[in-house]
Amino acid sequence: MSTTLAPPVVEGDQHEKPRSHTGGGGFPPIDSPGSGDGGSRPRGPDPSAVIRYKLGVWVGIAGIVMIFAAFTSALVVRSGLGGDWTPIDIPHILWLSTALLLASSFTIEKAKRLLRKDAEEGLRLWLGVTLAFGAAFIVSQWIGWQALAADGIYMASNPSSSFFYLLTVAHAAHIVGGVLALTYAVFRVWSPAVWVTRQATVEATAIYWHFMDGLWVYLLLLLMFWR
Amino acid sequence: MTEVSTEVSEYVEVHRHPEPTSFISKWIFSVDHKVIGIQYILLAVVAVFIGMGLSLLVRMRLVWPGKSFALLGDLFPVGAPDGVMTPEFYLSMLTMHGTIMVFMVLTTAPQGGFGNYMLPIQIGAADMAFPRLNMLSFWTTFLSFCALMMAFLVEGGAPISGWTAYPPLSALNAATVGGTGQDWWIISIALFCIASLLGALNFIVTTLELRAKGLTMMRLPLTVWTWFVTAILGLLAFGVLLAAGVLLLLDRNLGTSFFIPAGLVINDQLIDRSGGSPILWQHLFWFFGHPEVYIAILPGMGVTSHILATFARKAVFGYKAMVYAICAIGSLGFVVWGHHMFMSGMSPYSAFVFSVLTMCIGVPSAIKTFNWIGTLWGGKLRFDSPMLYSIAFVSLFVTGGLSGIFLGQPTIDFFFHDTYFVVAHFHLIMGVAAIFAMFSGLTFWFPKMFGRMMSEGLSKIHFWITFIGVYAIFGPMHYLGMLPAPRRYAEMTGVDFLAAGGANEIQYFITIAAMITITAQLIFLVNLLWSLFKGKVCTEDNPWEATTLEWTVPSPPPHDNFAGKIPTVHRGAYDFSLPNAKRDFAMQCNSDEMVYEPASGD
Repeated sequence: MSTTLAPPVVEGDQHEKPRSHTGGGGFPPIDSPGSGDGGSRPRGPDPSAVIRYKLGVWVGIAGIVMIFAAFTSALVVRSGLGGDWTPIDIPHILWLSTALLLASSFTIEKAKRLLRKDAEEGLRLWLGVTLAFGAAFIVSQWIGWQALAADGIYMASNPSSSFFYLLTVAHAAHIVGGVLALTYAVFRVWSPAVWVTRQATVEATAIYWHFMDGLWVYLLLLLMFWR
Repeated sequence: MTEVSTEVSEYVEVHRHPEPTSFISKWIFSVDHKVIGIQYILLAVVAVFIGMGLSLLVRMRLVWPGKSFALLGDLFPVGAPDGVMTPEFYLSMLTMHGTIMVFMVLTTAPQGGFGNYMLPIQIGAADMAFPRLNMLSFWTTFLSFCALMMAFLVEGGAPISGWTAYPPLSALNAATVGGTGQDWWIISIALFCIASLLGALNFIVTTLELRAKGLTMMRLPLTVWTWFVTAILGLLAFGVLLAAGVLLLLDRNLGTSFFIPAGLVINDQLIDRSGGSPILWQHLFWFFGHPEVYIAILPGMGVTSHILATFARKAVFGYKAMVYAICAIGSLGFVVWGHHMFMSGMSPYSAFVFSVLTMCIGVPSAIKTFNWIGTLWGGKLRFDSPMLYSIAFVSLFVTGGLSGIFLGQPTIDFFFHDTYFVVAHFHLIMGVAAIFAMFSGLTFWFPKMFGRMMSEGLSKIHFWITFIGVYAIFGPMHYLGMLPAPRRYAEMTGVDFLAAGGANEIQYFITIAAMITITAQLIFLVNLLWSLFKGKVCTEDNPWEATTLEWTVPSPPPHDNFAGKIPTVHRGAYDFSLPNAKRDFAMQCNSDEMVYEPASGD
């Protein structure tokens, strides 16, 4: 690792650039209407907020991965113990949930690209659609739990159903967090927010939402194949 | 002397944060990392006195099993009827002592407290990356503390399953054993996990993103390195404990059997569950539990390195090796959890692997120890109280570390497991060493935090009593462990082979030593309070002639730390005794022109 550094130079307008050491890859130039050349107007939020929020979400994802890794290892160990493991059939409505969540990943990606193109109308539309898909996912999961309960399969019925409820509810709890973030993002793109705040919110939420999608697919496969 | 340092430095102008005006936004629901840091430290101070009180009760129960203490009878009519502590009461005190000390003291103070206060200033940031999240972390921790205190108040009293909460004892609900104390314990720990995850996220992003211009990772003070690595450990470990806690709560309240085995009989009553595994809990718990040990000790290592260099007026010996050792200890910490479970029934091959990996930790630990000694070697040592506490840390770390080599080997652990030898080991290395690092940090940074010096006289009296006291308490426990006296037993005075080995006299001696040492902590408390209001006013920004950025700002620092001007960093964190320099240290924001005499002939 190189620790030498070129002699530091104080640049005139350090405030307007993203930090150089984080690497430039794939980061669009930020032209915030709120800051610009400043003058007597109050400055907008620091443009580094975008990187900060995105990194924050990535770090948070690492934490969430560990929670589900722990659940997974518990499932693997528990399924190998005793003779009380009765595999349960996954309610059919969960396929609808999966479709909704996969679709929402596309819509939020669409919204993110429109954000970069500064296409106001489309951004609001696709972000709103994503939010609707997210809410519909929770409803669909709810119906799935109801269907299982109607068949007399509860949390304590057998270890397989325990893990089914545990994993789907834990995932749904994280989805609720994502829906709240989406709601906030929708609010942000509707109100005359500073561009940087808007970009930070939408891009950070998009990362989290994609992760929730991927996590769901993983959990579904786990519940289907580790029986 | 110190005014040379900053005036000609380069700065980056940043947006000033407005200072809150009302009492509530300034001191209670503050988003200022400094206030939050002080709140964490305050919480830890309250917790540590409760935790010490509990350990006192534990010690008293051990040496005076049948004695009646009238006050206890009034306070705990169930746990101590007529003032005589029941064995269950002993176990609940033990459980709560461990839980409070590990979570509310050793995890909150070094990281949440000192880390929160000092990390942003040491890296030249106005605050943490997410100040409101930071506030949320603290208040969630506070709620967690309240939930833990609830465990004392509910019917059935505090849980008795130890800080490790091993099932099946911990997994059986109120109807079977005890009341809801264990549920409150789990809720408290779950909240604590969430708070720590949010805190860890904040620390990591702050360290990566908010460093001042010129402050590369390899120029960071070692304190920042340890807080950073500790945050990564917390991020990866607390999620697992949270998951395990959720499973345990479900076992207790919703009839699942993740951890409760089939055919379990309690009080002649068959428990109607099937097929769970108590060992599964142990794996999940210790996957968190071992990194947790480093979460407690790593910040102490950072503070020690920092202070040894400052008071030896020498650069940290082998800075890069120290950084790599910190990272190595952090990563190895995740693959050794099995050494807590040698006796739980595990394949000898697994035990062998865990044992070898455990021994590997000795390497970076030894690197750190030798580098500390190398830092002291040939230095111009200044024996102010922070230095004394730091040297004590090294001593305790070595003593506690050596017994770890015994315990890390399955064949020897077979004998020592669950004896006082283990109690001695982890108290010295994790508990007392980390506490000494906190004493060290507090005396060192107190002038920066409050603008007054702590009383050097009181600190030194406190230091000597405590340092001798902890060895008097935990030293003899090694011998007790060899008898072997088992831990977690409320009553051992009547056991013949222990009495023949002198255990009763030794336990008595330990209890007296503990009473004296705990009383001596009041000296520290008095010192703290007295210095806060009456201590010598510290007029200099840099009373210890240290090098890092926190010493460039006024004491106490203004609301946004650098008053809107972030300094530019020109050098590593430990430039002491530079040849040809104007003075014996160079602060991180000093450029070469400021540090060196202009070369003759220019």
